[in-house]
Amino acid sequence: MKKLAVVNGKIIDVEKGSILQKNLFIEDGKIVEVSEKEPDNSWEILDASDCYVAPGIFDMHVHLRDPGYEYKEDINTGLRAAVEGGVTRVAAMPNTNPVNDNISVTEYMIEKAEALFLAELYPIAAITMGQKGETLTEMGLLAEAGAVGFSDDGLPVENAEVMRRALEYASLFDKPIIAHEEDKNLSGDGVINEGRISTLMGLPGIPSTAEEAMIARDVLLAGYTGGKLHICHVSTKGSVEIIRWAKKRGIPVTAEAAIHHLTLTEEDLYKAGYNTNFKMNPPLRTEEDIDALYKGLADGTIDAIVTDHAPHSKSDKEVEFDKAPFGIIGLQTLLPLSLRLWKENILTLPELFKKLAYNPARILNIPGGSIKVGEPAYITVFNMEKYTFTEGMILSKSKNSPFIGWKLEGKKKFIIVKDKVL
Amino acid sequence: MGVPGKDLVSLGPLSREDVEEILDLATEMKKIMQRPVKKVPVLRGKVIANLFFEPSTRTRTSFDLAAKYLGADTINFSASGSSISKGETLLDTVKNILAMGPDAIVMRHKSSGAPFFIAERVPVPVVNAGDGINEHPSQGLLNLFTIREYKGTLDGLKITIMGDISHSRVARSDILGLSKFDTEITLFGPRTVMFHDVSPYKVKIAKTLEEAVKDADALMMLRIQRERQAALLIPSIREYARFYGLSHRKLDMLKSDAIIMHPGPVNWEVELTQELVYGDRSVIFNQVTNGVAVRMAILYTLIGEGKYEEISSS
Repeated sequence: MKKLAVVNGKIIDVEKGSILQKNLFIEDGKIVEVSEKEPDNSWEILDASDCYVAPGIFDMHVHLRDPGYEYKEDINTGLRAAVEGGVTRVAAMPNTNPVNDNISVTEYMIEKAEALFLAELYPIAAITMGQKGETLTEMGLLAEAGAVGFSDDGLPVENAEVMRRALEYASLFDKPIIAHEEDKNLSGDGVINEGRISTLMGLPGIPSTAEEAMIARDVLLAGYTGGKLHICHVSTKGSVEIIRWAKKRGIPVTAEAAIHHLTLTEEDLYKAGYNTNFKMNPPLRTEEDIDALYKGLADGTIDAIVTDHAPHSKSDKEVEFDKAPFGIIGLQTLLPLSLRLWKENILTLPELFKKLAYNPARILNIPGGSIKVGEPAYITVFNMEKYTFTEGMILSKSKNSPFIGWKLEGKKKFIIVKDKVL
Repeated sequence: MGVPGKDLVSLGPLSREDVEEILDLATEMKKIMQRPVKKVPVLRGKVIANLFFEPSTRTRTSFDLAAKYLGADTINFSASGSSISKGETLLDTVKNILAMGPDAIVMRHKSSGAPFFIAERVPVPVVNAGDGINEHPSQGLLNLFTIREYKGTLDGLKITIMGDISHSRVARSDILGLSKFDTEITLFGPRTVMFHDVSPYKVKIAKTLEEAVKDADALMMLRIQRERQAALLIPSIREYARFYGLSHRKLDMLKSDAIIMHPGPVNWEVELTQELVYGDRSVIFNQVTNGVAVRMAILYTLIGEGKYEEISSS
């Protein structure tokens, strides 16, 4: 029986919205007590002085590139980066090679992750075979094997009929359809947000409507079918407004924002020149969009904060801007960049960890995410240490971060993943 | 965005004085071109690499001649028949050529920003000879030079740029260059090829052809690409010619001294007819001549070593 006591920390209670100086007791990977009691010598003591003790961060949108693109990242390096970033659990997208559209890939990912004893990995399987948008995957079998949701990731389901059936079918297993919302015809050959900066940089633009039009379609389909829809990396003001409208109507929709969309705008891209570490999809948007995202976070329209951790090697990214793949890494910068939202009074700490830990578990319908007796123990302990983020700190195989050189505040001290202390 | 003082990748960072300096130097260079012996050895012993990753006749020849008139040696590289077709990356190709020791790189590439990307990674000056739909600074400067030559000044003028604006690297460099002077810029073209957001620039958008041309001191026509039809941006070349070209139009509404410019190559009967190109208002061939003079000035400014006296006195 492994007995862990986290002492002297400030415990963030996301359900009550409070922060209390208490001790946390974990037995066999379960939270058994949260109190002022001092542990006796039967407990392994973990000192959390000057630290916050938060529900374990659950990043529900990462790409670990394994199987298939191990030169960019693999499950081992990705999960090490997660641990270093204070992330206890991740949900991994299916755009691997082969695509995670069958149980052997799902099982491979789970088994490989379990053998590593690092952060936990929850696979998201594809909606359609080969992410081709044509025929549905074996969602029941995939769910049994451990898939927590279904997504065609960066190749959004174009055919509305396929999306309708996916929402209906996934609802049989109580799994969400997780949608990267983009009308590929509208985004065309665009590489950055269409607007002021695309004019100035002479780069083809992606209109905000490419995202918004697809969200509008899919919330209507979710409302019609009753299937659970989770919307990935919401990046525009219009998207927030549509989702707010949908939630008011009782449509079963949830939404996430990627931390880079909450931190950077297209102006930062412009200042950085044609730096491909500022190229992601959806693209960096405007100040007005960020303000709308903040409001959406505060009023609950946006449920979760994620990384969309997308490793790409130097040889992938050190090319012409339009040739470079979309995406940046984020697992090791999620915590400090998220804490900026607290520092800037966008969210309280409990609200922040609702988005980072509690809601992702609810959206994916799995336990954990709250520091409460009876819950499985996923815990992130961090302090407000200040440091400069350097390339040398990055544990991912790929170093494609726009935040290298940034002065950050907030560092993981240790995490607990059930009975493991990492 | 390129290294200040080292490269010429964009007209954006240049001051009005920087631009005027290049134009003044180009005036001297043009005189050299008119001599029986068109060669001053101020760049003797220098090597300029012309890297054209996208086909070009006019610009490549112009840079090549500009270098040769100044006594430099050139190597010309074009993408076809190169290692690019073997999958070598842009950076690798440039680094290999750099290892052979050129003093400057002149570069055209179909990707916007490619010369900016290279400029930050090589120690020698990089001249942008056109990057995707972004910029074509030497063309912008030669256009300014040509207007100044005919009008005596760049201040107090009304300039109209018309055609496929949003895909035009010439238009962007024109706007950036002209904006340093007291000019009134008007843009005219189909809404589908206009900037979605024009707010970064101080320009007017004309609604009709008449409005676009009637007060203009210079009309800068742009070339329409035939592919735009397939991309749903225009219904047909015929329709484009009817509403956005000057072909077969009565040009009475133009100011009597208005000049017509085009970066070439012209789509005959679309933007312009042969009569207009070879006609009195056209300064198109002088633009080509000025292109060499301006490129001589650019190369000299970037890699010349204080032998300016030789140019004005020799």
